[in-house]
Amino acid sequence: MAADGDLKPIKKLSLKENYALLTRGLGWEPTYEKKEEIFRTIDFEGIKIHDWEKWEDPFRLTMDAYWKYQGEKERKLYAIIDAFQQNNGQFNVTDARYVQALKLFLNGIVGLEYASHRGFNILGREFPGVGPRIAAQMQAIDELRHATTQIHAISHYNRFFEGMADFPHQFDRVWYLSIPKSFFEDAVSSGPFEFIVAISFAFEYVLTNLAFMPWMSGAAFNGDMSTVSFGFSAQSDEARHMTLGIEVIKFLLEQDPDNVPLVQKWIDKWFWRGYRLLALLATMMDYMLPKRVMSWSEAWTIYYEENGGALFADLARYGIRPPKYADVTIKEKQRVSHEMWSIFYSVRNAVGFPVWLPSAEEMDWFSEKYPDTFDRYYRPRFEHWRELEEKGTPFTNMTLPQLCQVCQWPCIYTEPDDPTEFVHRETEYQGETFHFCSDGCKDIFCNEPEKYVHAWLPVHQIYQGNCFPEGADPTAPDFNPLVAALQYMGIKPGVDGGLMSQHVDASRWEQWTSRPANLHEGAITQAVRKTT
Amino acid sequence: MSVDIRTNSVKPIRNTFAHLARRFGDKPASRYQEIAYDVQSEVNFHYKPLWDPDGEIYDKRRTAITMADWYALKDPRQFYYGSYTTTRAKQQDALDRQLDFAEKRDLLRQLPEEVRAQIVFALLPLRHYEWGANMNNCFISAYGYGTAITQAAIMATTDRLGMAQHISRIGLLVDGNSGESLTRGRALWIDDPAWQGLRRRIERLFVTRDWFEVMVAQNLALDGLVYPFFFQQFDKHIAASHGTGLSTLTDYLLRWHEETAKWVDATVKTAAAENEQNRAAIVGWFLAWREAGIDALKPIAERVLGDAAEAALGAVAAQLDARAAKLGLKV
Amino acid sequence: MSNIQPVFIALQANNDTLPIIEAICSDNPQAQVNEYPAMVKINCPGRMVIRRSSVEERMGRDFDLRELQINLISLAGEVDESEDEFVLFWKA
Repeated sequence: MAADGDLKPIKKLSLKENYALLTRGLGWEPTYEKKEEIFRTIDFEGIKIHDWEKWEDPFRLTMDAYWKYQGEKERKLYAIIDAFQQNNGQFNVTDARYVQALKLFLNGIVGLEYASHRGFNILGREFPGVGPRIAAQMQAIDELRHATTQIHAISHYNRFFEGMADFPHQFDRVWYLSIPKSFFEDAVSSGPFEFIVAISFAFEYVLTNLAFMPWMSGAAFNGDMSTVSFGFSAQSDEARHMTLGIEVIKFLLEQDPDNVPLVQKWIDKWFWRGYRLLALLATMMDYMLPKRVMSWSEAWTIYYEENGGALFADLARYGIRPPKYADVTIKEKQRVSHEMWSIFYSVRNAVGFPVWLPSAEEMDWFSEKYPDTFDRYYRPRFEHWRELEEKGTPFTNMTLPQLCQVCQWPCIYTEPDDPTEFVHRETEYQGETFHFCSDGCKDIFCNEPEKYVHAWLPVHQIYQGNCFPEGADPTAPDFNPLVAALQYMGIKPGVDGGLMSQHVDASRWEQWTSRPANLHEGAITQAVRKTT
Repeated sequence: MSVDIRTNSVKPIRNTFAHLARRFGDKPASRYQEIAYDVQSEVNFHYKPLWDPDGEIYDKRRTAITMADWYALKDPRQFYYGSYTTTRAKQQDALDRQLDFAEKRDLLRQLPEEVRAQIVFALLPLRHYEWGANMNNCFISAYGYGTAITQAAIMATTDRLGMAQHISRIGLLVDGNSGESLTRGRALWIDDPAWQGLRRRIERLFVTRDWFEVMVAQNLALDGLVYPFFFQQFDKHIAASHGTGLSTLTDYLLRWHEETAKWVDATVKTAAAENEQNRAAIVGWFLAWREAGIDALKPIAERVLGDAAEAALGAVAAQLDARAAKLGLKV
Repeated sequence: MSNIQPVFIALQANNDTLPIIEAICSDNPQAQVNEYPAMVKINCPGRMVIRRSSVEERMGRDFDLRELQINLISLAGEVDESEDEFVLFWKA
């Protein structure tokens, strides 16, 4: 050390040096307890790590900088949310139809963000290296941020619209919300390496841009400043998370060649699982946004085929190939949102938001965006359904659908090479038959049947009588099992689902704003007719 | 688009979410309440965790503590992510000015060599204590039950990383950014006999499986001794003969501890008051880890305070006992 | 495989990001700017650099590249960040 009174000038530290000094070497080799007792969950998956110090932190974020920049982002975000609330910004969105998409967001996505927080907490505790543990911890608190800001951004809508008030209750119980719930529980219940490949790489790196960039841009286009602000603000954290995702993959692949087939297996599984989850967003983008930025098909082309293509070209040097069944996703991109909306329309009395048929103008947009499929397969169906609506006998289906044992979507997808033929795959395990929506989901089951037999499939549970509210009496003469099941899920029969044109959100909207509840249809109440 | 709306006449159809209305009535909820309550899944779990095949993903049985309502464990600071980060950013801003001042004036480098050596001996190994506390709080946020506790615990986790980095900065002010003091601190933590008691206890906590025991041991018992000892007693000792240069930098740690203690105390107090079994378990943990902590600090105190060690440790222990008494842990 | 696979950065479209976008375009002649509602996405084949000095020149004040975080929406490519440059690239 320098002698008193003779101090050399202090060496200026670069960002990299500063980070290295403040962070590296914080950990140590334990000697009082066995390492395998401290880090108990990192061996069972078969991943081999020889040197945790080889981990490189791409963003080199120290906590002081984290607080500073995140605090700044939060100040900006809450200034917008405050202004939105004070000015009743909910009435500045395009129409009441737009708000229905927010219900899916709040009820289906917030729970995922929280589950992600928990998953990264586990990694933040269980990874033996300092660098990866810090990265996981920062992501753990970021995911908490996303759950928080989503609730805060949408909170104000809940005061004016139905179907959002009981979101944690619904997330645990509603039949189609088991799709997102089971996705994240699948990841969190996996080992730590599978979790990080699943979420950081396959989901965040490969898929979330596709979901959030066009979707949030769509929210902006429809005047929802609250949602777009949290969306873009959250996505800026994702940029860090995605960088973590690619760092993880490189680290695992460089540590040992034996890791390559394991990582490939997880990429295949989680790409497919994530893709199926995003069918929900495909539907929101194509059918629920009154004003659209791009179609699902275009988004898939830009964000998966082009950007994903670049990514997998980069990973080829490690012996990693693009995910299995990526070709199927490209074949399905012209169909998936139309097939999804058809199912939501037909079971609309059992869902938590009202639905509608696309207008003539919207169908023309679909014809243009989906030239190979829309006019051939979907337009005739929607036109027929519109005729039935006009006759006062709208098409409806009160039978709950067969669910896929893995992704939990109804088995309504069509064969990759034949859009008129439903896919149906099944397999036997321990004397029972299990059903799947696709080869991708069937493969996932067959690799780990002992895991997927535990799936809590809502439709099965309803038919087994496990989804009735407390105090329900199934022997009562007027007992209606479907109504009881909806009550259990927190869906109010006659209020939450049904047709948009008859929904209370729509009539209130027209009273409050004097504007049509559905931009693409005429007014449904006198409140608008009088003023227009 | 500006819309002409008779918004003044528009009354909300409800004031808050249904789960919050069931708890607090239908009135506007705070931003803290909106995230802290009920967001964690409770039922209908899909798969058995591969890392705990007998448990659920979120499982109340990962501690001996029982609660009728896990959301009774609320954070009196009412931190949600936004208020947490903006609070820390503001504190960091003030601290940056202190650090800047200390660097420009060479406040620590100008101290006599033996004092600098003392600072390195007493404070730099605490980087690793903080890193251990980071891991222990992350354990709580990973395996705890309910949004209220996991969100406060992940904030404590990142706080502890921040504290480790702040102590590193104090080291860099002592060694003029060479990093020598950090290397020395690490060697002390790993090899110096005086520090082994504390390292052994921290490693013990790494294999302690009950997350509430970890909460009591790390955040109440050990921190309740370590923080007052180093940042009050040791700091006073340095300040007495060498001025308050060091104090301007350790004050941040002390104030952080005071603030976090509000959360720790509320959590422990509420759980202990819930039922007699909880109280007995918490008292048992507290006493064992309090003893362990005092035992671990003794050799360090003797090295840095000499004859004054016993009195200093006694004062620290008395302070902790008074705090425990207020939490209903009759000692 | 040559290094022409595209990298991109997407920023919120606002007053703070105007000088950043200008700096990117000037330092990366191959950059291609796509405007969306509330968002600007800039693609570039192989490699894209954001230079602190170029941003500062246009912003008229000191700029810490970590401030990018505040208005960043997304990116693709590997990241290398120093005081002076934020680089996105593909190795392949």
